[in-house]
Amino acid sequence: MIWDNSFALSIIPLLLQGLWVTVKITLLGTAIAAALGLVLAVVRRLAIPVVSPVASFFVIFIRGTPLLVQAYCAYFVLPLYGVSFDAFTTGVVVIGINYSAYMAEVYRSGIEGVPVGQWEASTALSLPRGRVWSRIILPQAFRTVVPMLGNYLIQMFKDSAILSAITVVELMATAQAIGSSSFRYLEPLTLAALLFLAVSYPASQIVNRLERRYAPKH
Amino acid sequence: MRPNTDSPAVAGSAAAGPMVSFDNVSKNWGENHVLKALNFEVRAGEKVSIIGPSGSGKTTILRILMTLETPTQGLVKVDGDVLWDVKAGDRPRETRQMRATRRKIGMVFQQFNLFPHMTALENIMEAPVQVLGMNKGEAKERAVELLNLVGLSKHMDHTPPQMSGGQQQRVAIARALAMRPKVLLFDEPTSALDPELIGEVLNVIRDLAHSTDMTMLMVTHEMRFAEEISDRVVMFDHGRAVESGPPAQIFKDPQEERTRTFLRAVLQH
Repeated sequence: MIWDNSFALSIIPLLLQGLWVTVKITLLGTAIAAALGLVLAVVRRLAIPVVSPVASFFVIFIRGTPLLVQAYCAYFVLPLYGVSFDAFTTGVVVIGINYSAYMAEVYRSGIEGVPVGQWEASTALSLPRGRVWSRIILPQAFRTVVPMLGNYLIQMFKDSAILSAITVVELMATAQAIGSSSFRYLEPLTLAALLFLAVSYPASQIVNRLERRYAPKH
Repeated sequence: MRPNTDSPAVAGSAAAGPMVSFDNVSKNWGENHVLKALNFEVRAGEKVSIIGPSGSGKTTILRILMTLETPTQGLVKVDGDVLWDVKAGDRPRETRQMRATRRKIGMVFQQFNLFPHMTALENIMEAPVQVLGMNKGEAKERAVELLNLVGLSKHMDHTPPQMSGGQQQRVAIARALAMRPKVLLFDEPTSALDPELIGEVLNVIRDLAHSTDMTMLMVTHEMRFAEEISDRVVMFDHGRAVESGPPAQIFKDPQEERTRTFLRAVLQH
C-alpha cells in the first residue's frame, strides 16, 4: 500500500472534526475529574464516619477496574436500569469519573505535603475550618499538584480514544470509520496518530514548564 | 508604640484571679508522662519564662494552651474561662467554649509558620478579617501599624520566601498581635534562627514585654534574655515544675540541685 497524498488531504477536515470532539471530551472530562477528585480527597482526609470509607472504596474500585469496562457498563448496562445518555455525554462522564480517582490521589499527596505548621498556625489564629481549607491549605496544595494534573490531562487526551468503543465519534473513531468505508487505513490512522502527537507534545512541554515554575522554592 | 493600648488586657472581672491556670494537668504519650499532675499559674500581665532540658514538657504546656495538644487529664483556665476540663479516661473534643477561650491566646512558633503564599501584610490581615470580621481597610491599617512596630514597614509586600528568618519571625509576632491576644505564647522563638538574626527578634520581644500589659509565656534557651525580661522563671524537668522564682534568684541562687546542674550545663558556653 502506498501513501496517497490527495486522499490524505481529502480526509483532513473530517479528522479535524474528530480531533475537536477529542479535545472537548478532554476538557470537560478534566473539569469533572479535577472537581470530583478534590471532593474525594478532602472527604477522605476529613475522616467522616461512613462517608470517608465509601469515598476510599470508590477510589479503589475505579482505579482497580479498566476504563473500557467502565465505559461498556455505563453505555450498555446502565440503560437497562433506565439510566441512559448519548454516547458523548456518557463518555465524558465515565472518563471524568475514572480520572477523578487518580486525581484524588494527586490532591491527597498535595494536601499531605503542606507542613503541619500551617494547620497549627491556623488553629493559633482561630481561623474557621472551611477558611483554613480554602485559603491556607488548598492554595498551597494546588501549587505542587498543578503539573501532575497537567500530566493526567494529557493522558486523558490519549485515553479518550477508548471511548470510540462506545460509539463516541472522536478522532480515533473517525479514523476507523474512514478506514472501513474506503478500505484505506494507512492514511487515516497515520494522520490520527500525528494529530494526537501534534496536541500532546506541545501540551507536555507546557507541563514541563509548569513543573519548573511550581518547583518548591524553599 | 503600645500595640495593645485599646485592648482591655488586664481590666475586667478576671483581673483578680490568675490569667492562666493549670490545675492537676497530666499529659501522657503512651507510657511516657510528659506532664505529671501539673499545678501552675500565671498572673495577668506577668512575663514568665520556662526553662529546662528538652523533653521536660515545657513546650507541651504552650501547645496545650494553644489547643494543639490534648491533656490526658486536668483543668486549664484562661482569663477565668475553661479551656480544658478533662476527666481521666475522657477523649476531649473541640467545643464552642474552647474556641471562644482560645481567641484570647496567640502563639509564636519556632518555625514561624507564616503562610508562604501570602505577603507579610496579608499574613497579618488574614485572621482579623476572617475571624474578627474586620473590614479590609481597617485590617490593613492595623497591619501596617504592626509591621512598623516590628520594624518591617519596607517588607509589607514581600512573601515569606523573600524574607530572612529573623524578618519572618517578626512578621509572625505582628500576626499574633493583630488578634489582640491577652496571652501571648512564644515557643523557642529564636531556636531556628541563624545566630546573627537572633538579636532583632529578641529586641522586638523585649519591647513588647516592656511596653504592654499582655501576659507573656515563653519557652526559651536564651538564658540571659529570660533573665532580663521575665518577672518569673520556671524550671521544668521530667514533667514537673522543679523551681519557680524571680530571675535573680533562679539564675544567681537556685535552690534546687536540678536547676543548678541544668544552668551550669547551658551557661558554660
